[in-house]
Amino acid sequence: MLLTTSGLTRRYAGLVAVDGVDLAIAQGGIHSVIGPNGAGKTTLFNLLTGLVEPSDGIISFGGADITALPAHRRAGLGIARTFQNIRLFRGMSVLENVLTGLHPRLSASMLSTVLRLPGFRAEERAAVERAAAALELVGIAHLADAPSEDLAYGDQRRLEIARALVCQPRLLLLDEPAAGMNPAETVALAELVRRIAATGTTVLLVEHDMGFVMGLSDSVSVLNFGRLIFTGSPRAVRSEPAVVEAYLGARLAAKLRATHGE
Amino acid sequence: MSMPVWLDDVLWTYQTLIHDLGINGLLALSMYVVLAAGQLSLGQAAFMGLGAYSGALLTMKAGLPFWLVLPGSCVAPVVFALAIGVPTLRLSGVYLAIATIGLGEVLRSVYLNVDYVGGALGLNGIPERAETWMIFGLLGLATAGLFLVGRSRFGRAMEAMREDAMAASAMGINVARYHLMALVTSAVLAGLSGCLAAHESSFIGPNEYGFEPAVTILSFALLGGIGNPFAPVAGAWFLTLLPELMRDLPDIRLALNGVIIVLAVLFLPRGLLGWRMKRAAVGRGA
Repeated sequence: MLLTTSGLTRRYAGLVAVDGVDLAIAQGGIHSVIGPNGAGKTTLFNLLTGLVEPSDGIISFGGADITALPAHRRAGLGIARTFQNIRLFRGMSVLENVLTGLHPRLSASMLSTVLRLPGFRAEERAAVERAAAALELVGIAHLADAPSEDLAYGDQRRLEIARALVCQPRLLLLDEPAAGMNPAETVALAELVRRIAATGTTVLLVEHDMGFVMGLSDSVSVLNFGRLIFTGSPRAVRSEPAVVEAYLGARLAAKLRATHGE
Repeated sequence: MSMPVWLDDVLWTYQTLIHDLGINGLLALSMYVVLAAGQLSLGQAAFMGLGAYSGALLTMKAGLPFWLVLPGSCVAPVVFALAIGVPTLRLSGVYLAIATIGLGEVLRSVYLNVDYVGGALGLNGIPERAETWMIFGLLGLATAGLFLVGRSRFGRAMEAMREDAMAASAMGINVARYHLMALVTSAVLAGLSGCLAAHESSFIGPNEYGFEPAVTILSFALLGGIGNPFAPVAGAWFLTLLPELMRDLPDIRLALNGVIIVLAVLFLPRGLLGWRMKRAAVGRGA
């Protein structure tokens, strides 16, 4: 297992956002977490990336206990993410945003930086090449010098993915990557996520678009009121009566049956 | 190589003003470093005072040569920056600003009440050892250094933190560490400028490093801008020259500073020199 949690819990005053979650994410492939609004999906992501401290429980990554590690150290270990409400560094260019994502992989000293020693210049050149390659992968290489806030919505989502991808993370967390995208953009995004997974990066995504999730995922975990109620293949999730009827709702269940002809 | 007579006259007549331009430029840079990393400190004047007092004492009581006094005067500001920074930087928002205002006031009453540092009379007769070339040499080095560091992973990290500290930490940036680094750098720059100022004017007093100068230093950076290190220096020069142009109205100086801050926020949100420096040291395809 690449990532496991055991008894992971986050309590807020009067509310248990994540409640004793035992998650196990295998190395490789595309994994999804679904659940209605308020089920605790984003809190779970914040716990995994260290932006929120757990009230209880353990998080292991690559066999090591990372529960107490601060967010920046987890990024250094290879956990990268995007945000549900896009959080680009406004004012910085597209390329500079991606270069910032490469921060944990850069090590030139302050002295080498100020004196512009060959080591610094070589590292910086390589960084720019890697950032350009990440932009190429997500398809916005032509926008490298644009201010990031000028990008169209879908391109901002792509930029966030490039910024997270550029340091070649072992685990990439995508928080509702398809939100606000039109059907054509969603199809292109699914293609991009497949290409990312094909490079060996394990993908964990939170998403409401069921067609997107079911068509893409190797495994799906279902959260409801902070509890993990089911984990299995998309097919198993679809045919699990408890999930489909009681949790996804009858209307969506009917829509899924219509979409997939079951 | 002799100077033309008129130039010699100008330098002699305006020496204090010219030196102030350099010293205030360093102060503006010390403010810039903190603002560029997304923090608000009002302790620049306090750090300057620590540099001025410790530098003057090293010269007058310990009799050290100036080339040792100058780096020595950074020690106290750095110690206090760490003492304030370590506990407050984990917090966000205005905590650092409040703690640094407190530092200035505490130090002022220490200067006032400790006879060893001159009490209310301050320290008089400090040897005038700060030369024009030292002041502007340090200003040039600091500006160039900050420019070069700004165009690297350090500059990118600091701008990213300023825009969105949480996203920056998720990108692997140790936000608390960079905040502390910025505060310590800023204390060094303010300490140097204080030491230079003390060895330029030959007198320092306890009331020179309180809240008022702290706000003036903040206005240097706000007026000039924080998109590049030249901007705060330009702001400092503008606000240093302005009162000289209105000598007949000296009392209006502070009120004018306030008005300029308001106008700058309203009409020049990016400052006098609003351009934003690039954050990569090489271009694409280079």
